[in-house]
Amino acid sequence: MAERSDLIELVTEDVNLVEMVESKTPGDARLAMCIQCGTCGGSCPSGPDMDHTPRQIFAMLRAGFRNDVLKSNAPWYCVSCYLCTVRCPQEIRITDLMYTLKRMSVEAGLYEDSTAPDLSGTFMDYVERYGRSFEFGLATRHNIRHRPLSVPGMAPLGLGMLTKGRMDLTPHHIEGVDQLRAILQRAKQLEAVQ
Amino acid sequence: MKTLFYPGCSMQRSARPYLDSLYAIQEDLDLELEEVEDWNCCGATEYMSISRLPAFSLIGRNLALAQQQVNGDASLLAACSACYLNLAKTDHYMLEDTVLGQDINTALEAGGLHYDPGSIEVRHLLDVIMNDIGMDRIAELVTHPLSGLRVAAYYGCMIVRPDLDQRWDDPEYPSGLESLMSTLGAEAIDFPLKTHCCGGHMTQISPPTAFELIRRLVHGAAQYEADVLVTVCPMCQLNLDAYQVEMNKHFRTDYEIPILFVTQLMGLAFGKDPEELGLGREFIDSGPALEKIGVETSDESGEPRKKRKKEEGLPMPPMVGGVR
Repeated sequence: MAERSDLIELVTEDVNLVEMVESKTPGDARLAMCIQCGTCGGSCPSGPDMDHTPRQIFAMLRAGFRNDVLKSNAPWYCVSCYLCTVRCPQEIRITDLMYTLKRMSVEAGLYEDSTAPDLSGTFMDYVERYGRSFEFGLATRHNIRHRPLSVPGMAPLGLGMLTKGRMDLTPHHIEGVDQLRAILQRAKQLEAVQ
Repeated sequence: MKTLFYPGCSMQRSARPYLDSLYAIQEDLDLELEEVEDWNCCGATEYMSISRLPAFSLIGRNLALAQQQVNGDASLLAACSACYLNLAKTDHYMLEDTVLGQDINTALEAGGLHYDPGSIEVRHLLDVIMNDIGMDRIAELVTHPLSGLRVAAYYGCMIVRPDLDQRWDDPEYPSGLESLMSTLGAEAIDFPLKTHCCGGHMTQISPPTAFELIRRLVHGAAQYEADVLVTVCPMCQLNLDAYQVEMNKHFRTDYEIPILFVTQLMGLAFGKDPEELGLGREFIDSGPALEKIGVETSDESGEPRKKRKKEEGLPMPPMVGGVR
């Protein structure tokens, strides 16, 4: 939580934090409609691992605690199961909002204690390079970088995937990879000016 | 009937048995699958976490290619739940959020493509089986009923939630897969965890979180004495099958619930060859469960199967209620 001395400044600075998060979420996310009932946190399969439940996160957004929200591990523990989204009595698109908070957290460089942004980055590196995902490259690069001690233990799983014909050692290239890159490049440029 | 099809990356490799078994039964189902040419990855749950417009544009390329290929309106079949949701969601949000829709098309123009939101109707395989093909037709196709096989019908998350196109009766406790199993002659258990999360990408980020979610599902299926758990999603299969082994190591448990794709059980009931259906490529051997219905599979070593239970040991008195 923010120190009391930071509070006033934060609140004035981020008075429109709720609107800002909504504007970065596709469609009508209805964040401002939250009634703080807590159905989201109570429904969340990985809720026990979150430092703040979605309900708390939304209260913190209203109170202007930008940095605390963007430092929270909550969005990174979201497994995209949409249970909170379908249960929310106010029809708030909670899962979509969690995606927005992840993006804002990466942009601000504030995320802590999670290798999730790096997993996403590595995943997309391969997709941008080849047009398809590359599981072998992703699993080895991610685990060697973040859990080197677990790598020997992962060998039976990897070997099993290979012998069962369920993993390729080389990536598959799509033909239109230049076209795809041009599209993504334009999208990144557009997003940068927004 | 020609059906436009988006297989997605997982079905090409880690969930290859899903693709193989779908192709094995496509003629029976009167689906003439036609792949979207040169499709790209949908971004799974990863791209949306780090960027917005590029993530939607990545998916937009697939929708644009699909529209170009059919030269008009058509439905697009996806069998992977994550691919299905990404494609359906992008189409839905392009219609709802016109600014986003325009931005996606501005990005697509850089690749000489364009997509008219609403022109492609994205459908999940299970939805097509349930609602288009129908149980009457499936019943006609069954030549080898799966009599005596107890199945935990597992939907996972993304097929029934958020259900933007309102195709399911309930986002938490849907029905449909159970009646499909009954039509195939199997016995569907009343599985309370049928739409609980399999852990998604948590196996890579926070394995203990994933292991607990996997344990709940496998334990639930074991408690109800399911012989197999049937799934409609590559990620669910991978987590519950390959990571069931890792989960067992983590909790020092010895669950052995085989995880099969819906198309594999359909293929068996339609009398297809187990090998053609990709059976025997799962980590938790489905052989012992399938022996119950008279199906013989071989694992890749070709060696005789290990007995599932030790033959030694003291005889145990039967438990009340017939619980093993």
